[in-house]
Amino acid sequence: MGRRILFITTDQQRFDALGCNGGTIARTPNIDSLAREGINYVRAHPQNVVCMPSRSTMITGQHVATHGVWMNGVPLPEDAPSIALTLRQAGYRTALVGKAHFEPLLDPFLRFAENRMGRDGSHSELFTMPDGSVVPHRGFDHMEFAGHGAAGNLHYVGWLRANHPEVMAKFVPNLDADLEVTTEPGGDTMAPQVRTTNDIPRDWYHTDWVADRTIAWLDSMGQDDDWFCWMSFPDPHHPWDPPKSELHRVNWRDLDLPAGYVADAAERERILASKPAHWMGWYDGSFVSNYEAPLKWVPATLQADQVREINAMVHVKNELIDEAVGRVLDSIRARGWDDDVDIVFTTDHGEMQGDFGLLFKGPYHVDALMRLPLIWRPARSSGIAPATVTAPVGHVSLAATFAAIAGLPRPGYTEAPALPVDDDDARSRGFERVLTEWDSVLFGKEVGVRTIFRDNWTCSAMLPGTLHDGTEGELYDHANDPLQRVNRWDDPSVRALRDDMLADMWDNLPSPAEPRRSCDAPV
Amino acid sequence: MAFIRRDIHISRAPQDVWDFLGDPARLHEWFPISGCRVEGTKRWIDLPTGITFEEDIHLVDHHQRRFVYSIVNNLLIKDHFGILDVVDDGHGHSIVTYSTQCTPNVLALVTAGAAGQGLANAKKILEGKN
Repeated sequence: MGRRILFITTDQQRFDALGCNGGTIARTPNIDSLAREGINYVRAHPQNVVCMPSRSTMITGQHVATHGVWMNGVPLPEDAPSIALTLRQAGYRTALVGKAHFEPLLDPFLRFAENRMGRDGSHSELFTMPDGSVVPHRGFDHMEFAGHGAAGNLHYVGWLRANHPEVMAKFVPNLDADLEVTTEPGGDTMAPQVRTTNDIPRDWYHTDWVADRTIAWLDSMGQDDDWFCWMSFPDPHHPWDPPKSELHRVNWRDLDLPAGYVADAAERERILASKPAHWMGWYDGSFVSNYEAPLKWVPATLQADQVREINAMVHVKNELIDEAVGRVLDSIRARGWDDDVDIVFTTDHGEMQGDFGLLFKGPYHVDALMRLPLIWRPARSSGIAPATVTAPVGHVSLAATFAAIAGLPRPGYTEAPALPVDDDDARSRGFERVLTEWDSVLFGKEVGVRTIFRDNWTCSAMLPGTLHDGTEGELYDHANDPLQRVNRWDDPSVRALRDDMLADMWDNLPSPAEPRRSCDAPV
Repeated sequence: MAFIRRDIHISRAPQDVWDFLGDPARLHEWFPISGCRVEGTKRWIDLPTGITFEEDIHLVDHHQRRFVYSIVNNLLIKDHFGILDVVDDGHGHSIVTYSTQCTPNVLALVTAGAAGQGLANAKKILEGKN
């Protein structure tokens, strides 16, 4: 019997969403307690700021350049490395409950296993690896999927259809009639993707469903089984349509505007104009580079009250997540496992949530999208002391961390060592930088960004693309400019620092896998 | 309207490749669909999700080795035009291209993904690696 692993992820959650990270609105006592008892990483970045590439890094322990899922819509190959498979081969029982998204969601041809399983309600699909071994899909004995609402080939959708079909239309549809990301306005402020009339009972909402199904799977484990369970909440990702019964928790009219929102339009546009051209291009609607940004919505139309209402909805969703986490932790305690369970909590990427007058996500490598919650509450039996780690770390270390927890050697396919347990450990093992990549090609519009965070500076280089010739970039001094409003890329006084960071970044980024795999769907 | 193209090299003579891919009734043997039916210049293809697409066959040109079709009478797909070409690579083998223009745009991406898988399947079948 070894240490069990509960890996909790959310989708599109900011660092400042949690009380333990300075959040003052959403009450998150359960996650805060994990941070208090464990290791809170206060400078954790994803290796990509949209779902599929980021999640592919989590499961493979590889940078985007290596696993090759370079944008949403590019499927992770079925024979890609998987820490779940590694753990399973070591005797662990394995499950993923909630949002997977290693494969495209829009799949009318049912080409992908996730969609086939979700559609027919099965919980595993066997796959023959190149070496001839037959394994469950991505190494999970049990997969049970949910997404952002009541659409798609997902177990949650099948469950709603079978049991509560009357509530399926209560959610904001993800896509419009042209299959573009919806811009449907709602709420008091007519904010995009807000709906305050979703009267689905809270118990039927996907956050609680994911917790329920996780508990059911844990209940099926033998007392001495080793297990790895990835509990993956689809929230607080848009659409912002939590159960109406819970909206009383946060009144948007009581909220201050977030610090990252620049209220004065002229000042906001001056700041955006100082960044590479794709920032202003998205803001004014002239350049929509990625499918995740709704094509028919122009950020320049975003109003302050809409930012406040959207933030209120996100806070409500974050409270529901925390309470669902609390229920799962209670079930683990009830089984007497608590001393031998490691719990890792993170999210796949952040959300602009009003910063710079923007919503959603895209090739914008600032804290809103890159600085993430990451907490590791080691099993008490491990004797690892609580700590706050300020050194930069990334999701690329997660797979090696899970292997280390299981007492396994670091898998050869991983590209980063296990997470440090404190800053001294980080220093001694070379956690100096964290890297993030972006590539997108959407109907001829191409954007590429490579970013390094080091020494409390963020440096991003634009690759040649539709709007950029490869000489542009961003450089931010977090100590003196925590909101990243002053782009110092062209500041001669920090030119040497910029050049040094770029050289460091190119030295440490893996070469991209060739040939680049095709994008098979928008998302 | 979005435009996509996928292509693949197949180590077989163009006529052999065309005999297989140029037969509209054999689409389900290589494309990721569950079945198809041809009546004159009409084709119906069945997707694994239970959706059926109705298509107009515009051209089956055995000389150019070109197949042209459109998805029609579809509530979701407003415009569609697809072309399959089999050309000689100059060394007696084949290059196959599958081009689609489509509205809504995003369905062109999905079609491209399916076409890419279909062409890969066709290559395996025709090169005897299946």
